[in-house]
Amino acid sequence: MSDENNVGEDNETVTGIEAPIYLKYNFTAGAAASRFLTRIKEGVLTGQRCPRCSQVYIPPRGSCAACGVPTEEEVELADKATVESFTIVSIPIPGNPIEPPFVVANLVPDGANISVIHLLSECDNAEVHIGQRVQAVWKPQEEWGYALDNIRYFKPLDEPDVPVERIGKLPVTGLEG
Amino acid sequence: MGQSNMKEIAIVAYQQSDCVSDAGAANEVELIIPVLGKVFEQVGITNAQDVDFVCSGSCDYLQGAAFAFVMGVDALGAVPPIKESHVEMDAAWALYESMLKIRMGHAESALIYGFGKSSPGELPNVLSQQLDPYYLAPLWVDTISLAAMQARLMLDQGLITERDMAEVVARSRRNAQGNPHAQLGGDVSAEDVLAQQTYVSPLRKADICPVSDGASAVVIATVEKAREWGVPYAVISGIDHCIETHNLGVRDLTDSISTRRAAANAGVGDGRVDVAELYAPFSHQEIILSRALELGEDTRVNPSGGVLAGNLMMASGLSRIGEVFNRIVAGEAQRGVAHATSGPCLQHNLVTVLEKGETA
Amino acid sequence: MSTLAAVVGIGQTKYTTKREDVSIAGLVREAAARALQDADLGWDDIDAVIVGKAPDMFEGVVMPEIYLTDALGCNGKPMLRVHTAGSVGGSTALVAASHVQSGAFKRVLTVAFEKQSESNAMWALSNPQPFSTHLNAGAGGYFAPIIREYIRRSGAPYDTGIKVAVKDRLHGARNPLAHLQLPNINMQEVEESFMLWDPIRYLESCPSSDGACAMVIASEELADKAARPPAWIRGVAMRSEPTMYAGREEVNPQAGRDCAADVYKQAGITDPRKDLDVAEVYVPFSWYEPMWLENLGFAPEGEGWKLTMEGATSLIDGGDIPWNPSGGVLSSNPIGASGMIRFAEAARQVRGECGEHQVEGAKLALGHAYGGGAQFFAMWVVGAEKG
Repeated sequence: MSDENNVGEDNETVTGIEAPIYLKYNFTAGAAASRFLTRIKEGVLTGQRCPRCSQVYIPPRGSCAACGVPTEEEVELADKATVESFTIVSIPIPGNPIEPPFVVANLVPDGANISVIHLLSECDNAEVHIGQRVQAVWKPQEEWGYALDNIRYFKPLDEPDVPVERIGKLPVTGLEG
Repeated sequence: MGQSNMKEIAIVAYQQSDCVSDAGAANEVELIIPVLGKVFEQVGITNAQDVDFVCSGSCDYLQGAAFAFVMGVDALGAVPPIKESHVEMDAAWALYESMLKIRMGHAESALIYGFGKSSPGELPNVLSQQLDPYYLAPLWVDTISLAAMQARLMLDQGLITERDMAEVVARSRRNAQGNPHAQLGGDVSAEDVLAQQTYVSPLRKADICPVSDGASAVVIATVEKAREWGVPYAVISGIDHCIETHNLGVRDLTDSISTRRAAANAGVGDGRVDVAELYAPFSHQEIILSRALELGEDTRVNPSGGVLAGNLMMASGLSRIGEVFNRIVAGEAQRGVAHATSGPCLQHNLVTVLEKGETA
Repeated sequence: MSTLAAVVGIGQTKYTTKREDVSIAGLVREAAARALQDADLGWDDIDAVIVGKAPDMFEGVVMPEIYLTDALGCNGKPMLRVHTAGSVGGSTALVAASHVQSGAFKRVLTVAFEKQSESNAMWALSNPQPFSTHLNAGAGGYFAPIIREYIRRSGAPYDTGIKVAVKDRLHGARNPLAHLQLPNINMQEVEESFMLWDPIRYLESCPSSDGACAMVIASEELADKAARPPAWIRGVAMRSEPTMYAGREEVNPQAGRDCAADVYKQAGITDPRKDLDVAEVYVPFSWYEPMWLENLGFAPEGEGWKLTMEGATSLIDGGDIPWNPSGGVLSSNPIGASGMIRFAEAARQVRGECGEHQVEGAKLALGHAYGGGAQFFAMWVVGAEKG
């Protein structure tokens, strides 16, 4: 902090100090997320269904945010999904080998009613569009951990587009179901 | 602010989770939902849609993630959207904000909740970062050390003895035996406490509140609304809060002038105080607060065990108000005082006076 | 019912990337002292102080109001600290107003600030949490897909966002306090700026600023005797909804629509475009102007972009409903203060003190803020008359 009245010639203004903060936390995911992560380590995507409005949440956070009630029923989902919307990111991810521009999309897995954010690849960025069908490309099984990163990215599927009004409403069996 | 010429506002429900040293895998929403469910049940309502305003208190740094309160909204059933706000303070101040909302005529009822999961971090170190960021925070003076200095001042000036402190602890432990949500209860004597080694001199571990995870919630309403709901209630006859300088060297740490001032404005001295719930995270601070509030021999202090028996950061202040409410609706008290605090060495204090409402 | 209250003093700092010459306390005090000076009041005339800012992690100080009490002359008084994500500056003004509107206080000071240069805000926002994919998308990455969906639905021309980016910077060039001063900006320059999160370009995004904004809010009795024209608070509203739930309308959030309807009802507004003279609306990415024009009822759904393209929201083009004559969030963004700046600039317009960016004869103005995943909304309507 400077005080203009007292800053003499040999009294330089201090404009900053280094005061690094290190705090250690043992982060917990939450009970619902822990169950989701346990299953994704087995290569399975799961959601949770709201007992009141029947909507299926992924990744589950332990409650239906709309109804404010706990969710418990687990629902196994497909690893196929529909593009709800997307963006093409031109800024690199620090420490990540993916090079920009890359596509980040809101994807609704079949059987779920809400989107998850993930990468879209093996595609021409200019051709990505809302309603597009995509499928997960998993990492090799030996690399699976407790993380959504077990899916490396999603890639386009050769299936007809989902009409906008049906996005987020497909059964686990997909467009044909 | 007092209640004169204003709509009377009452506490109609209070629930608190167990104080646990580590809530394990449960996240914030999972801590809040059961408490909200119980408080709604107590009033006979379904969710936050049935009150006019919601306000919460929490602190991002406790769990080390920005926007902790945003997840809290997931517990409310906020579809369609609700009138909702948040203070980065103990939820006792969220109650204060909610009262303003009712007084201005924009609500007749409000849900207030506070939550904290302090176990993931090292709480005393986290709170050291509340201090002046240029002069004090880089020194990492933790909250326990600051409180220890405060206790030392009191001991050296002969204002208290170590036995006085130990007796506060012993009473807390004994009272907590009757509180199913308390973390530390037991048949402990002052001698047992004094037999402990000092931890951060002159404090013993027992002089320091434990670190707890959990949540609490309160519903307030106008007296008219409380009667409509047909639930027992306690009227908030006065509430006020006041902050002091952050410069510890300037303050008289052996007293709490902000508590005195808030108490005067809230009208603590206008009647008999049957019960007082004080947010005193350290045993000597209960003595400072009792003196600042001028509590007499006939006041039961911290019948719940207080925060020495379990301290839910960001919710304990709200819980103090809830605990006094419980004593009044149980018929154990006619009038009581609740206190909440924030900042190092009791820097910021809120005082609430509750009174038994007239039955409909 | 609520007591009438008014803004009687406003103080702001000059917004800039780094305020190296002041501490956090120095920054908030500068804004607060200016607000008191504007109100012709001293520190002792204030009954309570209400502080707002976005996450503590932006500066790395836990609950900084505890340390700021000395700088804000709050010792011996009540202090409250509000945090409602990006809407916090607006919410803080509303909480401050409620202190007076409840009849509990005569005169309060409210301050919102951010000193992002003291820490790493990108780190605070994208703080990688274990168990979640870390895509470094940040706020832009979150909002870009929503903007894309808006463009799909409305069929808005691709350069709508570019037009807003130019308009708000030209407005900002008329406001000496604005962070970005780009008096010569043009459509081509914005179009050629780096595409960060398609369809959001660099120049279509808000800057990162240091700054503070303060207001003094007084009761009717005191405001009647104020040194300068008061801005009467004619309506106040806030709404929240969860970040994510199945079927959530993200482009045109229900919480924003409900909040606007509430505040208009209080202020007796039936046609916002016609009844209001000016609006200061939280637009951190250019496309949010057409989106909020619809959400706030200035245009029918799907047609907000038409107002933008016609120049209706431009002060310079003589539009009928100027939006963000101060330059808006696109010109200055000290996050925690950005909402309060909208509220304060709305008040300055109806006080007629905006100089180069004054909307001539402005009598009724909207101040708007939003935050989180476009889920927290705070709004007020202020007027030159009591109503």
